[in-house]
Amino acid sequence: MSIVTTEQGFLARAGLDRLIDALRARDYAVIGPRVRDGAIVYGSIGAAADLPTGVRDAQSPGRYALEPSPLARQFAWANGPQALKPLVFRPRERLWASWRTPTGELHFGAAAEAIEPTAVIGVRACDLAALELQDRHFLREPFPDPAYRARRDALFLVAVHCTHPADTCFCASTGDGPEAESGFDLALHEIDDGFIVAAGSDVGAAVLAGLDLPAADQARMDAARAGVAAAAAAQSRALPSQDLRATLLERLESPHWDAVAERCLSCGNCTAVCPTCFCHAEFDEPASDGIVSEHYRQWDSCFTAGHSYLHGIVIRAETRARYRQWLTHKLAHWHDQYGRSGCVGCGRCISWCPVGIDLTAEVVALAGEGKA
Amino acid sequence: MTLHELPAPAEIVERTEESASIFTLHLRFVDPARQAAFRSSPGQFNMLGMHGVGEVPISISSDPDETGLIGHTIRAVGRVTHALATLRPGDRVGLRGPYGRGWPLQEAEGGDVVLVTGGLGCAPVVSVIDYIMRRRARFGRLVIIQGVKHAEDLIWRQRYEAWACAPDTQVWLAADVGGPHWAWDVGPVTVLLDHAEFDHSKAHALMCGPEPMMKAVAERLLADGMPPERVWLSMERNMHCAVGHCGHCQLGPLFVCRDGPVFPYPVLAPWLRHRSL
Ligand SMILES: Cc1cc2nc3c(=O)[nH]c(=O)nc-3n(C[C@H](O)[C@H](O)[C@H](O)COP(=O)(O)OP(=O)(O)OC[C@H]3O[C@@H](n4cnc5c(N)ncnc54)[C@H](O)[C@@H]3O)c2cc1C
Ligand code: SF4
Ligand code: SF4
Ligand code: FES
Repeated sequence: MSIVTTEQGFLARAGLDRLIDALRARDYAVIGPRVRDGAIVYGSIGAAADLPTGVRDAQSPGRYALEPSPLARQFAWANGPQALKPLVFRPRERLWASWRTPTGELHFGAAAEAIEPTAVIGVRACDLAALELQDRHFLREPFPDPAYRARRDALFLVAVHCTHPADTCFCASTGDGPEAESGFDLALHEIDDGFIVAAGSDVGAAVLAGLDLPAADQARMDAARAGVAAAAAAQSRALPSQDLRATLLERLESPHWDAVAERCLSCGNCTAVCPTCFCHAEFDEPASDGIVSEHYRQWDSCFTAGHSYLHGIVIRAETRARYRQWLTHKLAHWHDQYGRSGCVGCGRCISWCPVGIDLTAEVVALAGEGKA
Repeated sequence: MTLHELPAPAEIVERTEESASIFTLHLRFVDPARQAAFRSSPGQFNMLGMHGVGEVPISISSDPDETGLIGHTIRAVGRVTHALATLRPGDRVGLRGPYGRGWPLQEAEGGDVVLVTGGLGCAPVVSVIDYIMRRRARFGRLVIIQGVKHAEDLIWRQRYEAWACAPDTQVWLAADVGGPHWAWDVGPVTVLLDHAEFDHSKAHALMCGPEPMMKAVAERLLADGMPPERVWLSMERNMHCAVGHCGHCQLGPLFVCRDGPVFPYPVLAPWLRHRSL
C-alpha cells in the first residue's frame, strides 16, 4: 500500500483549520463527523474544534456506543450509522409534481433543487468504495439519474485513512480498506502530531498546493503506513472470499435460511444503514387542494412485504426469503449486475441489527451446511 | 436540473369495455411531437399514472406500426387500476415509456409461432396475435393456446372464434373447470400441447401468465424437442421506477423492467427453480 500521489505535504494538527478555511474559500459547504445523539454522524463543520476529539466508538453485533478516548486525535474512530449515501441518494426526494387545471389539463414539472457544492471531511475507504458502487447503479446507461449526477458532481471528498476500525469492520477482507486508494480529492493520514495530506484529483491538488505544506519526512510516512497496516491487522471479522456468488447460489435451499429467519425481525435496519443498498419506493402524495400531486421516491427495503407485492400475492412473504434476497443480492447478484460484490465491509449492518445478526458469520455457517 | 423520465400528459381518445373488469384505453400524447416520436414493440410496457393516485406498469396492446393511438388493456384489480377504470374519453393520464424488451417477433419470422397464455386474458399476447394477423405471410403456423381456471373466465370469446377460422391458425382452449357451454378441453394447459401441430425445430413459443403454468409449459416444450432459447416468457414483478433504479422488480440478477419483461427461457430457468425468489 502506498500513498496514492507523489504530491503530499505535512499539516500540523493545529493547522487543520487552514484546510477547512481553504475549502470554504472555494465556496464549499463543509461537513464532517460530529457527535450527535450518541453517534458520530455528518454535520456542518465550522472549525476543527467541531470534530469528535476524545471519543471513540465501541461496536459489536447489535451494539454501538461512544466512549471517552485518551487520544488527542480527530479521526480515531470507525464509521457511525451514516454513510455518504444520503448526500447523493436522498432518503426522500421529490421527483416531479403534477397539477390539473380547472379545464382538465394535466401538467408535469420536474423537481428543482439548488445543489450546494459540498466538501466532506473524514470519508472512509469503505464509503468511497460504496459511493463508487452507487455510481455504477444510478449512473448506468440508458437512464443515468440526473439528480444523483448533479449532487455527485458537487462533492469534494476528503478521505481519512482508517487507523481505528471497529470490532465489526471487515473492509480488509473485501479489499475496500482501511486505506483509501481512489475516489477522493484529498486524503489524510492521521498521525500523532498531525496529517499527511495527499491529492487524488486535480481540484484536490490545487487545494493542496494552496496550503503550501512542507513535504512529510520519512519518519512520518512510516508512521502513517504503520497506522493503516495495524488497522488492517486489527480486523477480526472477514468474508471468506471476495466472490461468494457460487457459494451462495448453490445454497438457495439451505436450511440455514430458516435458522436466520428465526432470529431476523425483518426490520430492515441493515438495509437502511448499508451504504450500497439502492432500493426505493415511489409514490404520489396529493395535496389537500386536489389540484397538485407530488411524486416522491423514498428509501425502501427488501425486508418489507410491499417490496415484492403483486396484486394478491407477496412473492417473498417469509423472512427466510427476504434475508436470502438481501444476502444473495449483496454478495452474489451484485457480481452479475455491477461486476463486484455489493458489500464493502463497513460492518454497519452488524452493529445496527437489533438482534446482532452478523453476515460474515451467516456466510460461514451457510458454506458449512454444504450445497442445497 | 430536470429528470429524464418525466411523464407526459396523454388524453383518452377512446375507451373499450372488454369485460366487467377489463377495459382498453386508447391514448394519445397531448404533445403531437411526443406522439409522433413514440415507437414501441409488442411486449414493451408504459408507466401509466393516475393523477394523485400513482403509476402502474401496463403492456402496450396496440400495433407499433399504427402510430395514431397507444392502446392499454387493463384489468381493474387494485388502487391505481380501479382509478384508471373510471376514466372516460377526454380525461388525461401521465404516460412515460416505452420500457423494457419485448417479444422476439423479428427472429420468429419464417417459422411457426406458439402462443401460450394462462389466467384471465393476457394483453401482451393478444397484441402479438393482432401483430401476426396483420403480417400473416411472414409467419408460419400460428398456434394459440389459452388456459383459464373457470369456463366463465374466458374473455374475447368471439375473437378466439374468429382467429380459429383464420388460415394456418389453431386455437386450443382449456378450462381447469368446464361448464355447460364449454366446448373445449378441460384440464391444465399442457394437455393442449398434445393437440397442437407445429414444427418444434423452427417454432418460437411466447407465453405469459402464472409462473407455475409457464414453467410447466416450458418444460414440456423442451421435452418435446424445442430449443430452450426459442421459448420466451413475459414476467411480472412489482415495479416503481421502470428504469432499473428502484430494485423492486429484481429476480435473481435480473431487473425485470430493464432486462425484460420478456426473457428467453435459459435466462430465467435458474431462478424459476426456486420458490419466493
Ligand atoms: C411489465 C408489466 C406489464 C403489465 N401489463 C399489464 C397489462 O397489460 N394489463 C393489466 O391489467 N395489468 C398489467 N400488469 C399488472 C399491473 O401492473 C398491476 O395489475 C397493477 O400494478 C396493479 O396496481 P393496483 O394499484 O391497481 O393494485 P394494488 O393491488 O392496489 O397494488 C398496489 C401497488 O403494488 C404494485 N403492484 C401490484 N400488482 C402489481 C403487478 N402485478 N405488477 C407490478 N406492480 C404491481 C403497484 O405499484 C401498485 O400500484 C403488468 C405488470 C407488469 C410488471
Ligand atoms: S452489507 Fe453490511 S458490511 Fe456490507 S456494505 Fe452493507 S452494511 Fe456494510
Ligand atoms: S438482519 Fe437484523 S437489521 Fe436486517 S432485517 Fe433482520 S433483524 Fe433487521
Ligand atoms: S421497476 Fe424499478 S428497478 Fe425495475
